[in-house]
This record gives sequence, structure tokens and C-alpha cells, in this order.
Amino acid sequence: MKEEAVVVTNNLVKSFGNNHVLKGFNMELHKGENLVVLGKSGSGKSVLIKCMVGLLYPDNGSVKVFGQEVADLTVSELDELRTRIGFLFQSSALYDSMTVRENLEFPLKRHLPKLNQKEVDDLVMEALANVGLERAVDLMPSELSGGMRKRIGLARTLILKPEIMLYDEPTTGLDPVTSREISNLILEIQSNYKTSSIIITHDMDCARTVANRVIILIDGERYAMGTFDELMKSDDPQLKPFFAAL
Amino acid sequence: MDNQSGYKHFIEEVGNISAFTWKFFKAFFNRKQEWKEIIRQCYIIGYQSMPLVGITAFIMGLVLTVQSRPTLEEFGAVSYLPAMVALSVVREIGPVVTALICAGKIGSSIGAELGSMRVTEQIDAMEVSGTNPFRYLVVTRVTACIFMLPVLVVVADGISLYASYLGVNLKGVLTWNLYYHQVFESLSFSDILPAYIKTYFFGLAIGIIGCYKGYNSNKGTEGVGIAANSAVVVSSLVVFIMDLIAVQIADMLGYT
Repeated sequence: MKEEAVVVTNNLVKSFGNNHVLKGFNMELHKGENLVVLGKSGSGKSVLIKCMVGLLYPDNGSVKVFGQEVADLTVSELDELRTRIGFLFQSSALYDSMTVRENLEFPLKRHLPKLNQKEVDDLVMEALANVGLERAVDLMPSELSGGMRKRIGLARTLILKPEIMLYDEPTTGLDPVTSREISNLILEIQSNYKTSSIIITHDMDCARTVANRVIILIDGERYAMGTFDELMKSDDPQLKPFFAAL
Repeated sequence: MDNQSGYKHFIEEVGNISAFTWKFFKAFFNRKQEWKEIIRQCYIIGYQSMPLVGITAFIMGLVLTVQSRPTLEEFGAVSYLPAMVALSVVREIGPVVTALICAGKIGSSIGAELGSMRVTEQIDAMEVSGTNPFRYLVVTRVTACIFMLPVLVVVADGISLYASYLGVNLKGVLTWNLYYHQVFESLSFSDILPAYIKTYFFGLAIGIIGCYKGYNSNKGTEGVGIAANSAVVVSSLVVFIMDLIAVQIADMLGYT
């Protein structure tokens, strides 16, 4: 039986001036899977996921999330859709004027205003427990290490229990041990929250750990697709450099 | 940048700031407002600016009085000192100097804060979490500027006039009652009203330009510095331009 597709891009085109980033990109994200998108820096990976949440709009083609064309949604429909999608930014994007607790409370108080303070506190602590950082609850983002910031960013994203997770280079700038911990966390999130995820990365260890399927993005188009092992074994000279370090 | 592209950039910038202002008013008159955040911003922008505004106003009133005395003495008009200082402070110097200090303190801090939020993707994070960052970050700050600048100007005027009373008494003797009487005798409704109304527009200009520069910041950390710096420069300039226009309008309406 064919898996239900929660995100579909069809002939997606996006340019910035004369820089043609995506040139007719096609993909499907199936429910419950981890899909890794690999590509060189500047190949349009981040642009792709930003089009999925309406941070950028395609010049041509379509992006459908849960069957809804993102570009056609009204502001309130888009806000509604965004509550079902979690986005982990490369820089974690924690609000640096707020404590960790306030960072986590922010989406809760805005989208679930009927919760009382006790319920909010419980949800905050539960989210922090899921990423193993209960002790950081009253710290400021400036007091956190890179790995801790990533985990708190994840906790803030997961607190509304999104159905889709978009990870923008989740292990960039982290040491190998912390990178492995983040990769394992992505797997735990997939199994605990039943999320469907797109992971943008150049970290091949992370890709190997988390991927159910891999798409290779070259020159703005989907060059290859398959499981990690299938692509690693390929003799294609364009794919070899991606797996050379393994 | 040659002249032609300089003009083009200037016109584009004016157009973008106008569109940003229009977007602000559309959101400002929307029923959905972030009241808690507006109150927090009023505290930051208003209350936390009081010490700087107060000290500056005190020095301004004192210096103006001390510097004016010799000239008035030459004409035997020292008794007009309280009235002269009151008119200068209330009509012009109080609002403009307070607005310039706020352009420096508040404009730069808003520009740097929003600029830093932009380059570290915090604004994008807010947007993808389903919160309207324009309403949460821009409308709240501009509204707080509009409400707080008149308050700061009234406080600055009061402190300035008290400092002037001390200045008068440095080289003479004048009771508080007589000073107070002379000050309010010289001021009329037409002195206070236009000066007070224009402070709302100064607040709008400082808030809008600080937010516009920060919200549209790019080029990484360098962009944050540029946003903070240009927020101060542009909002100070706009305060002077607005003052010029306000004086002309007050003159046309007979408030002179």
C-alpha cells in the first residue's frame, strides 16, 4: 500500500535574482518517515524547507502540505498550518531576551491560552525532560552551549506536538559526540511523536543514522533518491564525493 | 554610489518606510493587540529612559538660564528670564531635545534588537511558530514610543523648568511662587498644545524608523550595526523635519 504523502513539491522553481536555486524540484514526504536531503552548500536545501512553511514563496511550481497549497493560504490558514509543523533552525533561533522557560512557554501561551500556569509548567518540564535538559529551565540562551541550544530549540519546537518536523542542518557546528546525540534524538522524536521529518544536512553520519530515505539535490534538481545504503553503493561519479569520507 | 543610484536608493527607502508605516497603521487599528507586550515595552521605553531624559533636561534648563542671563541683563530684562526659558523649553527645546535623546537611546536599541533577531533567525522562528512577528515586535514597540514620548517630554519640561528656577537663583533671588507664577503667566494654550501634539509624531517617527531598520536588517552582524546606526541618524533627521513642518502648520493655524 502506498504511504500517505504529507508534503509534496511539484516542479518547484525558486531564484534570487540571477541565482537559480531550485529548478523544478520534485519530492514527496511520506507519513512517519525521516527524509534526508543532501546537497552542497548553497544548493537550495534550506530554501526548499522555507518554501514549505511560507517563509519563502516559489516562483513557479507547487508546495502542498497536508494537501493544502501553501502559496494559496490566507494568513490565518498559514498560521494554523504552521502550528502543525515544527522547524528547527540552524542557529536554533532561541529568543535571547527570554529564559529557557519563557522560550518554551511562548508558543504554548499563544496557541493554548486556556492552559493554567500549572499545566504550562508541566508541559515545559515534560518537553525539557524529552531532550534531557530539565536543569536548564531558568538559564538564558547565552548561558547554553551549542548542543544545549539545539536541544532547547528542539524542545520548543516539539512542545506543540507537530506532525511534521523540518530540521535545517541540526548538527552543524557541533562536536561528533553531541552530533550523535542530536541524531539519536531525531530518531527518538520520530518514534515517540510519530512525526514525519525532513532533515537538511551535510553530516553523513547524521544522515546514515536518521534517514529512511535520502534525496540528493544537485543543480537545483533531484539528482538521486533511495536509501542511504543504496546511494552509498552507487557508482555514479556525481554521488561518490558525498560518501567519500565514510 | 553615483548620484543617480543614490537618488534611486533614497526614493526606494522612502517608499519602503511609507509602506511599513501603512502596514503599522493597519495592524494598529486591528482589534487583536499584544497588550501585555505593549505594557512591557512602555516600561522599557518610557520608565527606563527617565534617568537619561531627566538628567539632560535638568542640564538643559540650567544652562539655558545661566547663558541667557547676561544678554537679558544688558537690556535690563532679567525679570523676563523665567518667561523666556519657559517659552523656549515648552514650545521647542523640551520636545526636540527629548525626541533626539530618545532617537539615540530608543531608536538604536530597537534597531539593534530587531536587527539581531533578524540575523539570528528569531523573527523567522516566531513566524513559523504561528505568531505574527510584525504585530508582536513592531506594533508593540511603535505604540509604546507613541504613548511614552509625550510623557517623557512632559517630565523633561517639568525638570527643565525646575532647573531653570535653580539657575535664576544662582545669581539672584526669586521665590518659587513668583517663578511659578511668571512661568505660567507667560504660557498659553497655543504654546502647549502644538508642542504636545507634535511629540506623538516624534514618537511615531522614532518607533517606525527603529523598527524598519532592524526588521529589514541583513548582512549578518555588520547589518545589526548598520541598522542601529541608521535608525539614530534617520530618526533624528526626521524629528527635525517633522518639527519644521509642525512649526509651519502651527503658524498657519495661528498658534504663534
